[in-house]
Amino acid sequence: MLSKKVLAATVCGAFAAAPAAFAQTGKISDGVVKIGVMTDLSGIYSDLAGPGSVLAAKMAVEDFGGKVLGAPIEVVTGDSQNKPDIASSMARRWLDQEKVDVIADIPGSAAALAVVKIVKDKNRVALVSSGGTSRLTNEDCTDRTIHWAYDTYALANGTARTLTQEGAKSWFFITPDYAFGHSMEKDASDAIKAAGGKVLGSVRHPFPGSDFSSYLLQAQASGAQVIGLNNAGTDLTTTIKQAAEFGISQKQRLALMIIMLTDIHSMGLKATQGMVYTDAFYWDLNDETRAWSKRFFERHKRMPTMIQAGMYSGVMHYLKAIKAAGTDEAGAVVTKMKATPVNDFFAKNGKIRQDGRMVHDMYLMQVKKPEESKQPWDYLKLLKVIPGEQAYLPLSKSLCPLVKKK
Amino acid sequence: MFEWLGITPQGLYGQLLVGLINGSFYATLSLGLAVIFGLLNIVNFTHGAQYMMGAFVAWMGLTYFGINYWWSLILAPLVVGVVGIILELTLLRRLYQMDHLYGLLLTFGLALIIEGGFRQAFGISGERYEIPEALTGATNLGFMYLPNYRAWVIAASLVVCFLAWFVIERTKLGAYLRAGTENPKLLQAFGVNVPVLVTLTYGFGAALAGFAGVLAAPIFQVNPVMGSNLLIVVFAVVVIGGLGSIMGSILTGLGLGLIEGLTKVFYPEGSSVVIFVIMAIILLIRPAGLFGKEK
Repeated sequence: MLSKKVLAATVCGAFAAAPAAFAQTGKISDGVVKIGVMTDLSGIYSDLAGPGSVLAAKMAVEDFGGKVLGAPIEVVTGDSQNKPDIASSMARRWLDQEKVDVIADIPGSAAALAVVKIVKDKNRVALVSSGGTSRLTNEDCTDRTIHWAYDTYALANGTARTLTQEGAKSWFFITPDYAFGHSMEKDASDAIKAAGGKVLGSVRHPFPGSDFSSYLLQAQASGAQVIGLNNAGTDLTTTIKQAAEFGISQKQRLALMIIMLTDIHSMGLKATQGMVYTDAFYWDLNDETRAWSKRFFERHKRMPTMIQAGMYSGVMHYLKAIKAAGTDEAGAVVTKMKATPVNDFFAKNGKIRQDGRMVHDMYLMQVKKPEESKQPWDYLKLLKVIPGEQAYLPLSKSLCPLVKKK
Repeated sequence: MFEWLGITPQGLYGQLLVGLINGSFYATLSLGLAVIFGLLNIVNFTHGAQYMMGAFVAWMGLTYFGINYWWSLILAPLVVGVVGIILELTLLRRLYQMDHLYGLLLTFGLALIIEGGFRQAFGISGERYEIPEALTGATNLGFMYLPNYRAWVIAASLVVCFLAWFVIERTKLGAYLRAGTENPKLLQAFGVNVPVLVTLTYGFGAALAGFAGVLAAPIFQVNPVMGSNLLIVVFAVVVIGGLGSIMGSILTGLGLGLIEGLTKVFYPEGSSVVIFVIMAIILLIRPAGLFGKEK
């Protein structure tokens, strides 16, 4: 009798214990969680993402402990050169042959749009940090895409609307002549008109450009209070430098639609002082951001951009979701990620919406004057926190099929 | 008078002046290319990288050794010229007997390697180089606000272009150079050391690129790809002017700068294409270029 009872208990215990044991190893496909950081290792985005993004992902894995549900976590990297064709074939190779579970970063909007479709077909997760187009969570959204750090809508809307509300009513745009620039100009113009301002004109320059003085003179002649710059990277840095040269920055205000901390670092405060723009992260916001950024700086020798900080935050959230879901199956992980609020140094009460957009507060920042800067990388002051719900495209205007219209 | 164009005369003069400034860069760069092609028959694709090196030498001089802009104007072309001479002695020299294509491939490969190396060392965003103290500020010309530095760029490149033209067309050394272009064997028979002449010419062409790089450093961001962005346009300038023609490349450089400037006012989207459209038309009408001689 006794032995029967013991036997039964043992059997029951074994069954009860089984799911836990199973979850420890069997629920991770191929016995390893592979994070593919697809980034720009040598091109125009290699400073704002690039090796810094790779480091951020590795830091997240290290901080998580290197293992999830008993399986090791691995980071692989690839240089997509921001080209959609190279990015697509790399994504296929990673997902088909190399068992990559999540593709992260993906700079270049066109490359990001191409990769998220492949990721969806292969049922894995895309964690976009670099690629900026708001199409990723709007008309081109998928239920396997999470867009983390920022998008074009949030940047254009944040900067253009705030400045217009503050009384800068007339605008002139300098826009690069390709899709990203056009959508940036459209998003910003809509925000300006909605806030009661008007757009006096715009000029579209070939991409990439080398000399912008001609466009700057046209902007100057327009008499607009604000000159909105929709270009990015080296185009933007040259435009700003030349605006200072022609004395434009003293009489008219420059508004930057997309700029990264590394751009400001490379141009210097003398050329960029007083400029206003929207950012998703700054290292010197509070103790938490300072602590993390200091660790990042020690290894990278540069302070993080919003993309690099967002990379850490996103990878960490992804790993936590695997642990909580007890599996690395993409659908379950994404569901878990969407159900869990994001609370870390990067975002407070961040929330991933049904369209895949991680909604978090954005910051309207102003570049300091050289004499205000107390130490290296002390470049920005916070003007205003833009609450997440105001910063991002409202779901009521979304074209994403995943959004259920009421 | 200009109202029907939708632009004020003031606006137009400003744009023409900006066009002239860009034209000065085109002229200085295409001059170096034309000199090298004239004597060496090498299509020097490293020219853009040499221009970039000029800017970086100026930046490094200032950052690491405190060498100011004015010294850099002399020093950077020298450094770039010496590097050019080393390239000529070790690599280019072996290709003179071969098809143009080999020289093109070698110089193109070198340009990629040099740019890659700088990108590895300095990143892509580039470094800043301030306008020298004496040339900061701007002058109000009535129709526009002309930064003093830009005025200096026009003056400096015109002087350098004129000097180069004078040396090549009006001096004995220049006569040797031109004779070397026509018939190197005969010139050697007269006792002129042609290989040394060739080496120095390549060094001089590279130094011109380095000089343009220093001029450009305060205007553009000093970054590893600054040369490759400009090089294709400069090649078009050389082709339009006539390969190997000194005066042709100077005049064409300035003229195309002006035309490009006007395009930026009336149809900015077309400003990167207009030079190539002109190139296609010129090649149809005059295959040797505006100032080139049919061989």
